Amino acid sequence: MGDIKKIATRESYGHALEELGAVNSNIVVLDADLKESTRTCYFAKQFPERFYDCGIAEGNMMGIAAGLAAAGKIPFASTFAMFASGRAYEQVRNSIGYPHLNVKIGATHAGITVGEDGASHQCNEDMALMRTIPGMVVLNPSDDIEARACVKAAAEYVGPVYMRFGRYAVPVFNDPDMKFEIGKGQILKEGKDVTIVATGICVASALDAAEQLKNEGIDAEVINICTVKPIDEELLIASASKTGKVVTAEEHSIIGGLGGAVAEVLSEKCPTRMCRIGIEDRFGESGTAGQLVEKYGLDGKSIAAKVAAFVK
Amino acid sequence: MDNLQLKKIANEVRRGAITAVYSAQAGHPGGSLSAADIDTFLFFEEMHVDPQNPKDPDRDRFVLSKGHTAPALYSVMAQKGYFPVEELKTFRHLGARLQGHPSMQYLPGLDMSSGSLGQGISAACGMALAGKIDQKDFRVYTLLGDGELEEGQVWEAAMFAGAKKLDNLVVIVDNNNLQIDGNIEEVNNPKPIDKKFEAFNFHVICIDGHDFDQIRAAFAEARNTKGMPTAIIASTVKGKGISFMENNAGWHGKAPNDAQYEQAMGELDAIAASLA
Repeated sequence: MGDIKKIATRESYGHALEELGAVNSNIVVLDADLKESTRTCYFAKQFPERFYDCGIAEGNMMGIAAGLAAAGKIPFASTFAMFASGRAYEQVRNSIGYPHLNVKIGATHAGITVGEDGASHQCNEDMALMRTIPGMVVLNPSDDIEARACVKAAAEYVGPVYMRFGRYAVPVFNDPDMKFEIGKGQILKEGKDVTIVATGICVASALDAAEQLKNEGIDAEVINICTVKPIDEELLIASASKTGKVVTAEEHSIIGGLGGAVAEVLSEKCPTRMCRIGIEDRFGESGTAGQLVEKYGLDGKSIAAKVAAFVK
Repeated sequence: MDNLQLKKIANEVRRGAITAVYSAQAGHPGGSLSAADIDTFLFFEEMHVDPQNPKDPDRDRFVLSKGHTAPALYSVMAQKGYFPVEELKTFRHLGARLQGHPSMQYLPGLDMSSGSLGQGISAACGMALAGKIDQKDFRVYTLLGDGELEEGQVWEAAMFAGAKKLDNLVVIVDNNNLQIDGNIEEVNNPKPIDKKFEAFNFHVICIDGHDFDQIRAAFAEARNTKGMPTAIIASTVKGKGISFMENNAGWHGKAPNDAQYEQAMGELDAIAASLA
């Protein structure tokens, strides 16, 4: 996929906000001293009267967002995934989740592709944390097209939404006319031997892996799950019933994220052999995003090798 | 409304708060009693609110950041007509709208869910900001405990309010000097409270939180303060109005037994008689 256009989904977040700001005057964007990094700077430039920098105080920012939502605004609270889901977990739970307020959380720099900053900033636990909050929608888009669609869907949806974006430029592969719907997964490639359920940047890797697996005579089905919560149970069960083997792939801990969510569904409703690919029970480290994706086995080649070993 | 009428209502607010805690056999009487006079003034004099129209977008807002003193808030709301006084007896019961800590999902008229200390003030700042963005005239009031000031988030919010010049926001500190583990100065001293808020760019007013003349004057001064938020530091007595609860940290989160409840009601009856 070397010649394909690559865009970081944080960039998509920033541009989508800028577009939404022009059509919905109720949207207010908050940031915590990271507007250049989260790309909320585009919105800030266009709509300075609706952009508020809360400074380096993420817990308070979530409360500000809650108050804005309680007064009828649609706030997008933006910071790194580590601080949005980790530092501010209890504010998100008690001030946003419990009152089910209409707050959108834009969490950028998720996962190990943060790269050189190292493990302190590489949040591989955010989807697990956010998934446990009752009523919280968790979205993890796979490319620029899906990320922009996510932001628009989140703005229309009434209730709290956690959106996960990356720092690292990733291939743009979705159909520009794709119909995005919260709660719906998509079969990107049909197959009969194994199902690869992927989310975020691992969707492109999974498609790449499926191509490589053809050479080994393995016909893999690839499913893109952007909405990690509420997850598309129907689609997962149908595919698992067909292939009988399910591999999950995510740039997140194998504990509590997509792998956890899929295992929860299938173990109860359609027991199926599974293999979870993601960050093992460990912290990340410094390195370029590309190096880390390979080292931690999230590239197409690594996924193909794991799937092949699992299927045999 | 004159001070005598406010005192009568505040006495009924105390009666309802203690009845709620007694009925639940759980809850927080001490800080409810210390805040009762401020709560009464807010709902009966200061705030533009209508129990018949609790979602009015132009209403003033109240966030009980010290959410554990929900008994006093529920009691003043009942007095104001949001729901029957009798419902106070359902406090903390299974299926009740009067949850242990305020939940806006359960009870219309609550502007925010609260209970985890330090969080309410941030939400109040967000509401005040929304008012500024929409150029509305509504005002936002939030009541904090003095022990609550030990939460770092309070100061994140205070910094925000000062920095963004939220002059439609009033922070009230119920300074009763006691928290669960004892005297606030011995646990983890948040004093000087007034100087801290001044340093965070607030207009600060220090009052006796049981003196309606001083309460009235403070809120009027807050209303006339432009370009910065106001903090009212209200010196209060924890357990105010019930002799054996006054200035006793042990009554922070404990329900009275039958005999104690009877005595408490007797003391409030005596106050009511003295105001008649």
